[in-house]
Parts: sequence; C-alpha cells; structure tokens
Amino acid sequence: MANGAPIISSNEGVAAALAKSLGAAVLDTVEAYDEISFTVDRKKLPAVMDKLRDKHEYQQLVEIAGVDYPERPERFEICYHLLSLTKNHRIRVKVTTDEDTPVPTVTHIWEVAGWLEREVFDLYGVLFDGNADLRRILTDYGFQGHPFRKDFPLTGYVEMRYSEEAKRVVYEPVKLAQDFRSFDFMSPWEGADYILPGDEKSEDGDDKGAKNNG
Amino acid sequence: MADYLDEMDHMADEADPTVGDLEIQNYTINFGPQHPAAHGVLRLVMELDGEIVERLDPHVGLLHRGTEKLIEHKTYLQALPYFDRLDYCSPLAMEHSYVLAIEKLLDLEVPLRGQYLRVLFAELTRICNHMLNIGAHVMDVGAMTPNIWVFEIREQCLEFFERASGARMHSAWFRPGGVHQDVPLKLLTDMADWLDEFPTLFEDAMSLVTGNRIFKQRNVDIAIVSKEDAVRWGFSGPMIRGSGIAWDLRKSQPYDVYDRMEFDVPVGTRGDCYDRFMVRVEEVRQSARIMRQCLNEMPEGPVASSDRKVVPPKRAEMKQSMEALIHHFKLYTEGFHVPAGEVYVATESPKGEFGVYLVSDGSNKPYRCKIRPTAFSHLQAMDFMSKGHMLADATAILGAMDIVFGECDR
Repeated sequence: MANGAPIISSNEGVAAALAKSLGAAVLDTVEAYDEISFTVDRKKLPAVMDKLRDKHEYQQLVEIAGVDYPERPERFEICYHLLSLTKNHRIRVKVTTDEDTPVPTVTHIWEVAGWLEREVFDLYGVLFDGNADLRRILTDYGFQGHPFRKDFPLTGYVEMRYSEEAKRVVYEPVKLAQDFRSFDFMSPWEGADYILPGDEKSEDGDDKGAKNNG
Repeated sequence: MADYLDEMDHMADEADPTVGDLEIQNYTINFGPQHPAAHGVLRLVMELDGEIVERLDPHVGLLHRGTEKLIEHKTYLQALPYFDRLDYCSPLAMEHSYVLAIEKLLDLEVPLRGQYLRVLFAELTRICNHMLNIGAHVMDVGAMTPNIWVFEIREQCLEFFERASGARMHSAWFRPGGVHQDVPLKLLTDMADWLDEFPTLFEDAMSLVTGNRIFKQRNVDIAIVSKEDAVRWGFSGPMIRGSGIAWDLRKSQPYDVYDRMEFDVPVGTRGDCYDRFMVRVEEVRQSARIMRQCLNEMPEGPVASSDRKVVPPKRAEMKQSMEALIHHFKLYTEGFHVPAGEVYVATESPKGEFGVYLVSDGSNKPYRCKIRPTAFSHLQAMDFMSKGHMLADATAILGAMDIVFGECDR
C-alpha cells in the first residue's frame, strides 16, 4: 500500500468467513479501501454483535456513526466500528433505518454504546429500542430538531444572546446579515442536473441532449 | 437535651433505638460547568452521601460547535483547521487522522521526509499534551510547583510549532499529501539540543511528584479499572495501558513511519489513577526517543507529494509557471475531488484512539466526517469509576482521564 494509513491484519478471507458465520443476517458485504463493511438485518443486530464479540473476538465497540442519505427509502445508516485487540483487525457493521423505526440497542453487549447511541439519537433522531437513557447529549438543554440531518440548515433556526433588559439569555429566530452562500462546484459538463441561467428558453429535449453529449 | 445526654451515656431508648439521630439524605451537587478542576466546560451532577459519590452524571455538549456539520460544507482543505480546534492541546495529532483518511481515499503516497516530519511533530505534540495533563493533574491534587516547571517545557514545544508553522497552537501544518512547508535546518538542530536539555527539568519536576506521599495518597488505588472493564468501556490510549493492556496503535497498526521507530509501550499494573499518570510520564520519555530517531534518520527530499491535482504548487513556482497558476487557483477555490467511498482511520493521539470516519461522494466536500473522540468513552466511564470514592477523588479521576472538551463536544 502506497499511502501511510494504519496497517492492520490482512483482510484475506475474513469477509467471506464472517459472512458465512453470520449467515442470513448479512444483507450485503463490501470490501473497499482495505476495509470490510457488512450491512446486516436491523432486527438481528444484537445477535450479530453478540456473535462478533464472543465468537470472532471483536472485543471493542469503537464508534457508532450515523449518516443521512435523504434520497433513500430508509434514510439513516448507522455504522458500528468494531476493533479486535487480539486479531488486530477492524470491521464495520451497518444497519439502515428511518425516522420512526427504532434500532435495537447494543448497550447490553457494550456499556460504551450508551453515549454513542445517545449521540446518534440527538444528532439524527434515530431511536434505539432498549437504551434506558436516551436523552440528548451534545445539543443545548431544550433544543429542538436533529441538527446533523441533511435537511437541517447549517445556520440552525434559533440564535441566542444575553439580553440586558431581560437580564438573561434569550432565544430568537436566526437573522442572517448576509445570505448563506453555498457554491456549486460540479462541472456543468459532468453533473449539473439543473438548467443553467440563460438556457431556460431552450427546448427540454435540446437541453438533455447537450448534457448527455458531455 | 435529655436525649442527647442519654446518648452520651450510651443509653438507648428501647421503644425507638434511633431517636435523636439525624436523618441524613443524599444530596445532589453541581460540579462545574465553570470549575477549574473540570478541565473546561464539564458539568457533573453528583449525588453524594456525605462526601461519598453515589452516582455521577456528566453533562457534556456545552462546547458543541457542530464541527462535523461545518466540515460537510467545506472543501477538504478548508475543513483541516477545524481539527486543530478539536483537541486544542494536541492539534497536530488531530490533523494526523484526517490527512491520513484523505490520503487513504486518494491512495496518495507521501514522500519519506514528509512522513518523518509528521511523526516528529506528532511526538512533539504528545510531549506538549502530556506536559499540560501532567501539570494539571498534579495541580488538581494539590501540588503547585511541578505544574509551573512542566509548563516551561510546554512553552518550548509551542515555540517549535511556531517556528515550523507560524502558529503556536492551531498549526494547520499537516496537509493531505505531506506537510505544508519544510522546516529550516536550524529548527531541527535546535530541537536535537532541546531533546538533550528538557529531560533534566522534566525529571526534576517528576522527582517531586512520583514518590511524593501526598500525591500517592491521592492517586494510588483510586478508580481501579480492570482489563475487562477497560475493553468493554472502549478505553484507548493511556487509559487502556494504565489498566495493563499493552495496546498502542503506533505499534499494532503503524502509520507513516512508525514501523521504523523503536520505542517501548509502558503499561500499568493496578489500573488506578497513579498508573495512568505514570504511563504518561513514561510516554514522554519514549516520545523523546522517537523524536531523536526521526532527527537521525530523516532523509532529504520533498515534504509533500508531487501530485499537482492534490498538493498546490509553491508560491514562487506559481509566479513563474502558467500551469502552476491554474493548479493553484483551482486547488484554493474548488479544491480537489476525492473518490467516492468510506474509510475509518484511527491514530494514537496523546489521549487515545482518535478516529475519523470519512464518507466521500466523489465531490470536493466530505459527505460525512464523523470524528471519534477519545473523551467520549472515558468520560462515560466516570460514573462507575467514581462510585464509592470521595468527592475530592473526582478531580483526581478526571485529571487522570485527560479530557479536553473541544474534542469531546466537537
């Protein structure tokens, strides 16, 4: 490997062996960039994790990361990063869910999952079934919404300041002195799926034809 | 009054043996968010029985700035300085994970001198971080002088950062593909001289602490963590080594040129606060050893990759060459595009395993950048570590955890 990234034990045959051992719970196996990810059935997650910890020596749950893909039917992907101290190996286990469907908790397998699940709940609004302490963790007391969802604006909805009249901190709707700037860096020859300014009058068909040629 | 006198004469009331005793209830106190021993904005809600901690609920997030969300709106290069501001006591160690993650996605090779410089400065960062933590820990348990002495060393470390990058703390010096610019030779020779000098002051300071009766009374056998607990609670870095597990990512999962370095991994025997402290003290000596090896072995050559689609050209070259000018403009406006995919890269930061889970959709901005802080798992264990200890021990436990809230809250 040319790059300087951390070197772990070889992935040779690991993905196939684990997929075989976990059986029908595994929906998808991806091996890319020297990393192995399994997408597993949400309902069978605790059983899979139990097996990975006890039988396959992945002793540590390092991280739970939420990712939001709003265009998918089940928009949230919850990625569990596992580390084996004895085999010196890392794998990733993923489940997908939406806003309303809870994911079974893994706090009974790893205590550390408590706060990690709270964080995903706070930032993405993913519910964890069985987590006894699912409070917000990173955002303010009394915060509303789930800020890391892709449809939550970067600037948020409220801003706070100390009010000299009220002698306390007050919350107000956010006011931007300057419009929020978001630049589109996609090349018009490659990915732009909108009509460029000045092209509005051209025929629909022409527009599409020009894009496909590029 | 009669009750009181009876009690002094050990005469118990037969009908009600506890009459006259005071009913004591548990009470709850708020430790922080503004408390010098809380190491930042930490609020601990403690339930106390007298002075014994019964239950402890850390409230974090008071320094949450939404770094991960901000990174999603910046190009890969613009997002780099946010990492300095995570753990502001060891900024270059934070950058290290991020640049390695980008390089893994790009499959970009870094020239040898660049890798040596990164390891050299990552270890300097480790010394710098441990100076702060060792000093703060001894001050939390009542000693004043060692803190002032080791802060002198920390100041010298910061001067080296300033000479390399121009900034004392927020260096933004590691870049995808290498480091931002080469260091002058005089800096390396001064660093070699410093590596011979600073251990004198450091060992002097440690001689005041490590064998000190008061320091030992405050730390030995406080918050013992077994090996099993350390693994289940996701400990890493000096916390897991303090519990006796020789787990160091620099050894087991070497990145950059750590596989060429010779160093020892110190471990604790009892898993208490004193062990965690002593692991850090020994790590400082080992870091100095690694730095000496880096200085001895560092080759000449370029410090950053010559891939012009990722690493911008030098300014002088940009003034001369049209090609370089275009690259310079494109890289500082649009930035480089990273192939779609996802990687998780973790390095051994001074505080433990610091990971970056980077999801790219092929554009010039990260689709998702999840930062794995070291403090989250350690602070979560604070409840079971403090249970049954005195209120004053909570500061020692917290000091031995080495928590910085820029990183914990992100």
